[in-house]
Amino acid sequence: MSEIFKGYRGPALELLKSFHVRVWSEARIQTTRGDFQGIVLPRSENDDDRHIVLKLPNGYNVGIAVETIRHIEECGYKEAHYKIPEREFPVSPEKRNVKLLGTGGTIASRLDYRTGAVIPAFSPGELYGAVPELADICNLTTEKLFAVFSENMGPTQYKILAQAIGEEIRKGIHGIVIGHGTDTMHHTAAALSYMVQHPPIPIVMVGSQRSSDRPSSDAALNLIHATKTAAEADIAEVMVCMFGPTSDEYGLLHRGTRVRKMHSSYRSTFRTIGDIPIAMVSREKITPLRQDYNRRRDDRTVEVIPVFEERVSLIYYYPNMHPDIIEALTDLGYKGIIIAGTGLGHVNKPLYPAIRRAVEKGVVIYMTVQTLWGYAHMFVYDTGRDLMTLGIVPAENMLPEVAYIKLGWVLGQTADPDRVKEMMLTPICGDITEREPYNGYLIYQGGIPEVEEFIKRFHK
Amino acid sequence: MKIVPSDLDPQRNFEETRQRVGYTPRQETPAEVYQQLGFICGLEVHQQLQTAKKLFCRCPAGIYQPDGYYDAELIRHMRPTLSELGEYDGTALMEFKTRKTVIYHIDNRTACTYDVDDTPPFKLNPEALEIALEIALLLQTTIVGELHITRKQYLDGSIPTGFQRTAIVGIEGRLPLPHKTVRVIQLSVEEDACREVSDVGHVRVYTTDRLGMPLVETVTYPDMQTPDEVAEAAHSIRFLTRSTGKVRTGIGAAREDVNVSIRGGTRVEIKGVPRIRYIPELVHNEAFRQKSLLVICEELLARMPAGAPGWQMRHVALDTDPPMVTSALARQAWEKGDCLVAVNLPGFRGILSFFTQPGRSFADEISDRLKVIACIEKPNMAHSEAFRPAEQGEDFEAIRRLLGAREEDAQILLWGPVGDIPTALETVEERCRLAFLGVPNETRKAFPDGTTMFERVLPGPDRMYPDTDSAPIAITEEMIERARRRLPPRVDRRLAQLREWNVPEDAFAYLLRHNLVPLVERIASELRFAPRFVALFLAHRLKHLQGRLRPDGPLDVGRIYGLLAFIRERGLEPEIAFEMLAPAYEHPDADLEAVLSSIGYVPRSRDDIIARISVLREEFARRNTSRDAGAGRRWIMGRLRPLALGNMPMAEVAAAIRAGESL
Repeated sequence: MSEIFKGYRGPALELLKSFHVRVWSEARIQTTRGDFQGIVLPRSENDDDRHIVLKLPNGYNVGIAVETIRHIEECGYKEAHYKIPEREFPVSPEKRNVKLLGTGGTIASRLDYRTGAVIPAFSPGELYGAVPELADICNLTTEKLFAVFSENMGPTQYKILAQAIGEEIRKGIHGIVIGHGTDTMHHTAAALSYMVQHPPIPIVMVGSQRSSDRPSSDAALNLIHATKTAAEADIAEVMVCMFGPTSDEYGLLHRGTRVRKMHSSYRSTFRTIGDIPIAMVSREKITPLRQDYNRRRDDRTVEVIPVFEERVSLIYYYPNMHPDIIEALTDLGYKGIIIAGTGLGHVNKPLYPAIRRAVEKGVVIYMTVQTLWGYAHMFVYDTGRDLMTLGIVPAENMLPEVAYIKLGWVLGQTADPDRVKEMMLTPICGDITEREPYNGYLIYQGGIPEVEEFIKRFHK
Repeated sequence: MKIVPSDLDPQRNFEETRQRVGYTPRQETPAEVYQQLGFICGLEVHQQLQTAKKLFCRCPAGIYQPDGYYDAELIRHMRPTLSELGEYDGTALMEFKTRKTVIYHIDNRTACTYDVDDTPPFKLNPEALEIALEIALLLQTTIVGELHITRKQYLDGSIPTGFQRTAIVGIEGRLPLPHKTVRVIQLSVEEDACREVSDVGHVRVYTTDRLGMPLVETVTYPDMQTPDEVAEAAHSIRFLTRSTGKVRTGIGAAREDVNVSIRGGTRVEIKGVPRIRYIPELVHNEAFRQKSLLVICEELLARMPAGAPGWQMRHVALDTDPPMVTSALARQAWEKGDCLVAVNLPGFRGILSFFTQPGRSFADEISDRLKVIACIEKPNMAHSEAFRPAEQGEDFEAIRRLLGAREEDAQILLWGPVGDIPTALETVEERCRLAFLGVPNETRKAFPDGTTMFERVLPGPDRMYPDTDSAPIAITEEMIERARRRLPPRVDRRLAQLREWNVPEDAFAYLLRHNLVPLVERIASELRFAPRFVALFLAHRLKHLQGRLRPDGPLDVGRIYGLLAFIRERGLEPEIAFEMLAPAYEHPDADLEAVLSSIGYVPRSRDDIIARISVLREEFARRNTSRDAGAGRRWIMGRLRPLALGNMPMAEVAAAIRAGESL
């Protein structure tokens, strides 16, 4: 539909047309319920086709039912045009240079109160206007690589991103920040951990859980933490930098291969699983929580391996899973399967023949655990031993999503099962840890008096 | 330049400026004065709805955590978002300047992850929408076709998201008052904010129990023209919302914001007035505060015609132990390590002690802002025109010399943590510059004594935007029809009904405030009591006991109904209700038979009571020689009343006594 009736369809559209009223018209509407006056706003495509949206002079929006409307009179027209004013980002030689690569998530934005539209801020000048603190941290440049929602990120984007990072490193950048939607941030973090090997600088992924148009958004603070890490941290790894607690206090730097989004909406949604984060970061300082990270280097060398075999699948086992799923994947020509099995890494017996057939046809199958914490220990029970006999390889304590990304990346380089196995089981960037520390598994259970006491004493 | 009195006596200047402004106490101020001032006033009445759950989450509504109790705390900082012009909204900028750390005290029983903005909203509570629709209809508003949830920004931290979710239900309504009709701008349904626990320095603490409770906001046009009319309109809105029987009552359940302006002044919003009876005094004082600021503006422009653009203040930080700091307060600040700064305000002599409100002068306007914007707790300054002893003591002669001040200048000595001083100086300068312009746009906090203090800059209209987390909700004709069928009679009809029943006017407010007219109606029709009797039983007797007794549990109207039904059932005379009410009210769970015997009731026949009259008359004649016939009647009545109560109407007892005399 044309721009002048933006979003309207069906009876609402017919009505607007019949009264010659456009979106952005200042309109007086007579209805059977009474009269309204305001600006006709575009309608969201997903809403029904029986209401006209009006912005009243007091800033509120209301909808008016088409069947109640007797007359509409256009008494003015004000189309909204927006431009984000830019303020030049201050550059100084004392600060390190940081590149922000954009993938599509909105990390900073301005709000248009007239329409409610959120306009993403991305250029250094725009970002400086929205988060002026950035200028105290680094010299910032930006590049928008793509504009996709997090769930639409995939191998194509991983490769472009990895190559862009490699280029920036070779050009001598001091740190890289990647703005990303949070839903699949941990997939991309894993992909970059594999595709960008031995980087000399911090590569920091960041996003926000609360949209940046709201005063309580975590976006600005996350961005401050991420740029600080990129500019100042001594940690040359791919990391996810997001809120530690839900309070506006500090962020955590999670290793790209051990991080997972664990809550659909909490600010502190990202957690390092089966280990502890690399460091804490606040506005003031970066505090390492461990020492076994790769240190920042002055050289500009990096190995970029931007490959990915897309015919890899991740299946989440459930009781009574039927073998036809595995058979279908085999017949469709999938080259690798990651199973998230129960407990120590199990699936039911009816799947055995399908698994045997898949392995015979050259499909490589790796076992991870749906408990997320802990290792696949497949020799404890007969089931596990049976599965290993069938050819399933336990993937230690690799997280299921990480194993999926790694298998795609490995199969992009070799089809030889032995070579694949060797690569899969060789730890890269901490995706497999030799040992699990006692504090790598902490789920505090609310309700228990001691935990309640603990929770009460510290900020969430 | 106008001549400024050279030997300024601050106390005398305060009195003289008060007279110059024309301030009189409210009781002595006739209505014409408000007309001359061009006084107009509008109301925003917030009324919590009686729902089981909160508006956008499933937490229980109406449970308050005890003071100091919480299960967890978390921290947020509010950050202004930019409008499309790339400018910060005035309020936003101020709130950001304050650099407040906001701490929320969470009680797990009453707050969930939604309340602290860690979960998107759930569907709007339909129960709240139904009640809001009823109120919108009672206000005769035009109901919208579709409810759009809108975000209204608040950066003070009172809502953890930084905005309040609110939606208009109806626009353009009418509120009939006895002598006029007040127009209603809108009725919206929205979520309540947190309760503030403390606000000291850079830390503000809130509890989240009240947060998210459904309320309706009724906004009127500024149609009220005297302070009493404002209170009248507020009462009327209260009666109207309570007539639904579906709103909360008690402290904080209904709160008024009052918008006041006078001719030449500006709309100033007095926030969160907890009691309607505070309103007249508050708006009266605000009208004169605005008048004072206009006179100050006139005075400053006469002295300095270039106005604010040409005005520049000067300050000197006192960095070695300065001899002029002699007052106890300033010395304390000095010893605490606060930074002290002397400020010269050119041409402001006589302004700092200029009357603004009873007991407050222009200097308080500055000090209030230092507290709120620069986060420096009071006392945060002394000045050259102090008339309160605590602020005196500094040697302002020395300070004047230090600043190179002229005769016509005024001086401030302010103090605070070194990090807050730049904001403090900006704040002083800004407030002084605003004095050249008249009345600043502000929201102000109400005090019970009728005065107010600066709370924040009044937000502009550019702080509303759609809530992208919620879908619009259609309000169909069927929903409106259903609500219409539930509507109680309108308040003006209720008033007519009370008059018809011959209930005295002094009982109206109590009955409407507590929505008791439906009870009177029900008891009258079902139990066949005279409505006037029931109305007085409640508005006089019950009201009296409520002020006197501390009952074991809450009163519900069922207890009253039960008591009167019991009296009917037992065939008792209605008058006994007045005696039974005290024990029945005090012990809401007590058995009514027990209540009856506790007041000493014994069944007696009419004949038995009448038979005693002649015996008593003889006894009175023996004891008393008074010739006053009335004395004898009263004495006999006194003896018979306890025996007759519940057994025989007192009027008949009296008649029988009189009848006996002629025998």
